[in-house]
Amino acid sequence: MSLLEIENLSLDIGDMPILKDVELSVAPGEIMGLVGESGSGKSMTALTVMRLLPHAARATGRVAFDGIDILSASEDQMCALRGDDIGMVFQEPMTALNPVKTIGEQVAEGIRWHTKATRAQAEERARKMLDRVGLPSAKFPLSRYPHELSGGQRQRVVIAIACALKPKLLIADEPTTALDVVLQAQILDLLRDLVTENRMGLLLISHDLAVVTEMADRITILRHGEVMEAGDTARTLSAQLHPYTRQLAQASMHVPARPKTHLAGAAKPLLEVEGATRDYSGRRTSLFKRAPDIRAVDDVSLSIAPGQSVALVGRSGCGKSTLARMILALDRPTSGTIRFRGETVTGKSEAHLKPARRDMQVVFQDPYGSFDPRQKVEKLVAEPLHVLDKNPTRAERRERVAQALHEVGLGPRDLDKYPHEFSGGQRQRLSIARAIITRPKLVVADEPVSALDVSIRAQILDLFAELNQKLGIAYLFITHDLTVARAITDEVLVMHEGKIVERGKTSEVLDHPQSEAAQALVTAAPDLHRAMARRMQEQG
Amino acid sequence: MTTYLLKRLAIAFATLVLASIVVFAVLEILPGDPARLMLGMNASTDQVELLRNQMGLNAPLVLRYLHWAGGLLSLDFGRSYTYSVPVIDLVRERLAVSLPLALIALALSTVIAIPVGLFSASRRGRAGDTISMGAAQLGVAVPNFWFALMLIYVFAVWLRLVPAGGFPGWGAGAWPALKSLLLPAVALALPQAAILARVTRSALIEVLNEDYIRTARAKGLPYRAVLWRHALRNAMIPVLTILGLQFAFLLAGTIIIENVFYLPGLGRLVFQAITQRDLIVVESVVMLLVAAVIAVNLLVDLSYAAVDPRLRGRR
Repeated sequence: MSLLEIENLSLDIGDMPILKDVELSVAPGEIMGLVGESGSGKSMTALTVMRLLPHAARATGRVAFDGIDILSASEDQMCALRGDDIGMVFQEPMTALNPVKTIGEQVAEGIRWHTKATRAQAEERARKMLDRVGLPSAKFPLSRYPHELSGGQRQRVVIAIACALKPKLLIADEPTTALDVVLQAQILDLLRDLVTENRMGLLLISHDLAVVTEMADRITILRHGEVMEAGDTARTLSAQLHPYTRQLAQASMHVPARPKTHLAGAAKPLLEVEGATRDYSGRRTSLFKRAPDIRAVDDVSLSIAPGQSVALVGRSGCGKSTLARMILALDRPTSGTIRFRGETVTGKSEAHLKPARRDMQVVFQDPYGSFDPRQKVEKLVAEPLHVLDKNPTRAERRERVAQALHEVGLGPRDLDKYPHEFSGGQRQRLSIARAIITRPKLVVADEPVSALDVSIRAQILDLFAELNQKLGIAYLFITHDLTVARAITDEVLVMHEGKIVERGKTSEVLDHPQSEAAQALVTAAPDLHRAMARRMQEQG
Repeated sequence: MTTYLLKRLAIAFATLVLASIVVFAVLEILPGDPARLMLGMNASTDQVELLRNQMGLNAPLVLRYLHWAGGLLSLDFGRSYTYSVPVIDLVRERLAVSLPLALIALALSTVIAIPVGLFSASRRGRAGDTISMGAAQLGVAVPNFWFALMLIYVFAVWLRLVPAGGFPGWGAGAWPALKSLLLPAVALALPQAAILARVTRSALIEVLNEDYIRTARAKGLPYRAVLWRHALRNAMIPVLTILGLQFAFLLAGTIIIENVFYLPGLGRLVFQAITQRDLIVVESVVMLLVAAVIAVNLLVDLSYAAVDPRLRGRR
């Protein structure tokens, strides 16, 4: 018998239909993968099961958990279920914990609430649970506060909270999306172990087909609030009967066409970094003492040729972004030099940097946070034009913005719109338009597609490839996602603890990683081909 | 934590020194000779000069500042020109009215505002919220002296529960004294409570949208428990900021209410001293208020750290 059974579930929020006739079930000890793009209703399905929907939401149909009708259960019944029989893990570990309470308090709270255990008993159980999720007492006493932990460690605390009372069902909503691949692999392993240990059912929600294929026994594919296809993972993904399933799988593995490739050495390098080092002063431990300096970037040298596309890969906190900031002259290296088109940029005044700024632009990760919501597209995209020697006239400016929009696949009508009128993918196109409006020679892109859905991501990668081919723009892609590196770069640099530990042709490094850090990244990276092959073996 | 504390203390002290220089300088620049004022228009220049020498007004500026600042540190504020008594005695007498008044008003405002804010935030957009926030809006808009008059009309004139004004002094016993402070405290507290309730509500509503509130709900805590255990403490920082500002206001900004109720408080003392050019009293009271405001701000800073572990730094 199924643990969770959802039948004909429809959900409206106000007048907006969110879900339509959703069917889904999870058996004890089973992992059900719920896949879909943003806005497809994955999270709303999860919140329906938890009955934590927004006020205006109306759900109809049947949701049965362990014989209990969830939709008609009283709030008291739901409080008894939540945290005890059903646990939930959320996407964003950085904000999922209360900043003013210790991790011990937060794990023990649910235990005390549901079991009426004493504080000491609850803390003992919390301790065991934290040990279990990989936070041993020596380094992570109960008295730690969330801000003292990294993202991966916080997600472990969230899992400890959700699993503290050995729930029958765990709902994990994008539990690893905010983490780097190595942490992702660790967290997924932990979830898998908890499933086998306690015969817990797991509803794993993700937009990442590779992750779900690696984890789930069965999958359900959701689009616009409707189930497109459901069934055994291997069969569903290999047969790809439904066109949408096929589209998702293809988009996940998409490699843009780039007939011309560039390798360093041929021409004079566009960007040269020599022995760049960046130290941050340590935290003050008392009035007179400081902790030793932290070396974020340690003696890094690299060069990028005109038109070349280079990936800088590494785990979060390895120094990638600090290096990028120094290249963009937003931060000064403690030592070492950075030359752009043969000219040193380190230590120059802002006025002298203007020509370099013109030829060097940036695209950030978050297409939502990088635009002022109160300004129109014309003004936003035209922003970098102030680095030109002569200020363009209004007409010229409009002309240039229109041209840039055209190059990224947007129309002239978009000039007078505001950022909120665009989807995530379109906004990323806007950031790219803003980056190429000065006709730069180099674009630094910091995780440019990691916030995007797979199909949008494929389109944006195509756009990057096209601009590289057409305009000869060189790229430095900063990413922890090896599929991006593989899809669009000629060369890859692997960074670990501030140092470049491996470099070479992208395909060679990713197929035959030599350094430990590169090997860890490659093994941990979810790969749809590999995951499907394994699933096929297991499920016949 | 100690670093945080020391840093705050150092900043507080520096602010105090800076404020004393500003206060001293401003009164130095203002026209009007205290010696001439004390002796009256008919006094001869020699007499005035003699008194100036006696009062130390002819000493160099720096020396006079140091003398004055040193006096402040040993609580010797000098003598009032008009009352001819030590300023400290005047201040002490007035503080015995103003400080309890401010504290009672602050306590009242907190006790009213926080539950109202909690209630409103938890019923956001529903009738209860609309009504209590409407009342708060009214509380912000209506001037407190009008409140005061209405309170006098209802409780003193009509119900005859408390005196309409005046202060019997603490010597007359605690209860009569408290009774005469009650109406002024309420009149002062209501508008402050209205502001504080609105701040509490909006801080709570912001916190209730945070991810960790959802985590707490997913643990199985009922809404009410989440509100008290998780939301309230996180919403405290803006509330504490406003509380600190309000205390400073309540201590010094009560001139109108003191006048309505005929209370011999600090506000009235400053007002009188200014009209009589009793500069030494003005200087002293202003410095005292500055010190109080700085002390309260220090307390607020320290309570931030108590509320939010992220501000404590690494232990």
